[in-house]
Amino acid sequence: MKIVKTGIAGTLESSDVMITVRSNSGKGIEIHLQSIVEKQFGKQIRLVVDSFLKTLSVDDAVVQINDRGALDCTIEARLAAALYRGADRTDYDWEKI
Amino acid sequence: MTENELGRMIPKKIDHIGKLLPFEGAYAHTPLVKKEKGNRSLPKLNKLVDSIESVIVKSELKDGMTISFHHHFRNGDKILPMVMEVIAGMGIKDLTIAASSLTGAHNCLIQHIKNGVVKRLITSGIRGDLAEEISNGLMDIPVLFHSHGGRARGLETGQIKIDVAFLGVPSSDVYGNANGYTGKSACGSLGYARVDAKYADKVVLITDNIVEYPNTPFSIHQDQVDSIVVVDSVGDPEGITTGATRITKNPRDLLLAQLVSEVVVSSGYFENGFSIQTGSGGASVATTRFLREYMENRDIRARWALGGISGPMVKLHEDGFINRLLDVQSFDSEAIRSIGENRYHSEIDASYYASPLNKGCAVNKLNVVILSALEIDTSFNVNVITGSDGIIRGASGGHSDTAIGSGLSIIVAPLIRGRTATVIDSVKTVITPGSTIDVLVTDRGIAVNPRREEIKERLIKSGLPVYSIEDLKNKAEKIVGKPEPIKFKQKIVGLVEYRDGTIIDVIRQVQD
Amino acid sequence: MAKLRRTMLYVPGSNAGMVKDAHIYRSDSVMFDLEDSISVNEKDSARFLVFKALKTLDYEGIETVVRINSIESGFGVEDIKAMVRAKPDVIRLPKTEKADDIHEVEALIEEEEKKVGHPAGTIRLMAAIESPLGVINAYSIATSSRRLIGIAIGAEDYVTAMKTSRSEEGFEVLFARSQIVNAARAAGIYALDTVYSDLNNEEGFIKEITLIKQMGFDGKSIITPRQIAPVHKIFTPTAKEILFAQKVIEGIKEAEANKSGVIAVEGKMVDKPIVERAERIIELAKASGVLNMDEER
Repeated sequence: MKIVKTGIAGTLESSDVMITVRSNSGKGIEIHLQSIVEKQFGKQIRLVVDSFLKTLSVDDAVVQINDRGALDCTIEARLAAALYRGADRTDYDWEKI
Repeated sequence: MTENELGRMIPKKIDHIGKLLPFEGAYAHTPLVKKEKGNRSLPKLNKLVDSIESVIVKSELKDGMTISFHHHFRNGDKILPMVMEVIAGMGIKDLTIAASSLTGAHNCLIQHIKNGVVKRLITSGIRGDLAEEISNGLMDIPVLFHSHGGRARGLETGQIKIDVAFLGVPSSDVYGNANGYTGKSACGSLGYARVDAKYADKVVLITDNIVEYPNTPFSIHQDQVDSIVVVDSVGDPEGITTGATRITKNPRDLLLAQLVSEVVVSSGYFENGFSIQTGSGGASVATTRFLREYMENRDIRARWALGGISGPMVKLHEDGFINRLLDVQSFDSEAIRSIGENRYHSEIDASYYASPLNKGCAVNKLNVVILSALEIDTSFNVNVITGSDGIIRGASGGHSDTAIGSGLSIIVAPLIRGRTATVIDSVKTVITPGSTIDVLVTDRGIAVNPRREEIKERLIKSGLPVYSIEDLKNKAEKIVGKPEPIKFKQKIVGLVEYRDGTIIDVIRQVQD
Repeated sequence: MAKLRRTMLYVPGSNAGMVKDAHIYRSDSVMFDLEDSISVNEKDSARFLVFKALKTLDYEGIETVVRINSIESGFGVEDIKAMVRAKPDVIRLPKTEKADDIHEVEALIEEEEKKVGHPAGTIRLMAAIESPLGVINAYSIATSSRRLIGIAIGAEDYVTAMKTSRSEEGFEVLFARSQIVNAARAAGIYALDTVYSDLNNEEGFIKEITLIKQMGFDGKSIITPRQIAPVHKIFTPTAKEILFAQKVIEGIKEAEANKSGVIAVEGKMVDKPIVERAERIIELAKASGVLNMDEER
């Protein structure tokens, strides 16, 4: 999936996360993480994001994460929304998401 | 034989009594008694000193001494910042501050610690930026954290020796009779300040409200007070209380409150004449609403409530559901009003409340207490002082005192907060040992300490959702995942003293 | 034991915190909303959030319902694709006007179920009736599909279409309520009442619950966990009702054993409807947890 524009999803409410994806053509994945539970879950969040990007075959993107204590499933949901918005596509692959 | 001032012959010594001191005149040994008897136009005898600076000079405060403050003005306190600024200006160094607790109003201490004015803190808790700085290694000597009962014990045994107590009071007369419920800065009970007034070498009252002598009823009295300073304002009313406590509308807190009251009602402790203490948290305060319904329906009345009193508890008292209130700290405007108005809403001091070594403290006679927790582990040990990131952000308060004193100690907390689990394998800092905790109530299930099998059976029989604490821990972990352990440095930044004076845990500096 | 549907708690599908905690309040069902509470710009993100939550989180046996968007809105087809894979217990359709609305959705669900290999009919349906035409067609809607477990009235849109507004007494929805509960009973499915949105009027809320229970509804959609307790309280049989029901059932058993004809309990003639009512009370009491199996006489 190719990111063609800025895609934003999520909120800054407690238990949620705001994710912004931007195009990064040919330059791979760049993850910027800011989290209220960074010390406890920083690694895990990066892992979840990384593996979800692979699942949706996103090779190049800048992913900015502002996490307010979201669960993994919330992070994936927000990331999916941001990615599809950023890719300007609506042919959702429900088997992979 | 010696001739005394009146010319009478007095023996120097009498067998079985000893040496006798001859009378030397009515005013010779009583410096505070006025000599101008009968002169009505003279200024009234008083202990007023014109400024904070003069009173500090008069108190003979020196480098390395211990001074104390109370936290009845909570986030509105102006006394500590005001006094510390003057002390710093006078160049006094290396002081120990023994405060009943420190709040968000005390961030000025960061500067005073950095400048060497303050070298040690003894307190129930620390919050805000000061707490964060201390967790990051601000001080060379670890902070000593005590419980409210533990502090009273420390003062009584001489472990904590206060040289000068600076006590803000909402009202005082010129001779040092003070109470907490009159004046624009009213804070209600002065329970924590009263032990300082009793045990400190020098007692300085600071007030913004001088009233006519005698200021009865009084909490701190003239025989304890050295000096009085009048200032414009001792505290910001907005910070002292946030008005009348309203029962929360937060659905999670209401759910927790409903469950807690069902636990109390089913526990076997809900009978005529019972006693209870609730905390100041939303869920804890809201239990009063649900308990009231049960008290009404089953015609049960409580004999007394202890604490930390707030409006909803006052309402139960005024409506006849609780006969007596024992109040060491008044949480809101309603409690402040009530302690001034209600004959059986009594002010108690920290020792009466919870000192483990006096001849009998109130927590010993408590039936039920409802307490909060930042973390609780599978051995029921409770942490109320360090957050999930390892940083200090709370206070020991009366937690460990009431937990051991009460017949039924209930911890109430959500199972998870955001992505942080409350029930974990091992708490970061133990404040209250699990052997004194009986029941944990969360929004996703209840756990009973195995040593209280009979309570567990009663709760199950009432249809309450009872799990093992390991089950609750696993449940939480399944939802949020397994966190990485927080990394600490070797340096100890805090010592946690149990109420008996032994050290129950240490707090280390966090790694960045 | 009959499934209770006294309370169906609305949870906006866009709110991560609420979606995570929806079941802790123990309403009989939780309903994740993708429709009216979600703005057009957030339809996709809410769908993703509810999808991931249903696939990941354990709702501990609480019935999960998803209110999808209508097919006409342009979001409904994608909602169905996602939800068939996320597998809530029930999909709730908004603004149903005729049996064909149900047939259309059912066909889409079946198609997706085939694709993912779920046995047809796994997901149940509920239909909300929110217009005068829907009310007229209540019975044909109620009998339109074997998947249908209940019909609900949505009063806000209905009263607007009726050129009136909601009142405390509720005369304006009396016909619709009656028609819907009657259709549901005729079809043998559940009847659910509309939301009560004046959160500060506790007295009015209790009046409304009492009314709809008396009309025969099984329960109500609710908009905050605070509304759960009052509904459950009113729908739970009283000790007196339970005792009477137990006596009726005992009396009937005795009468059958003795082959005697007519019986009376507390001076009232017991006939077939009274027995049926007694059986329902016992069932409701058991389901509400106020009557233990071993306490049964």
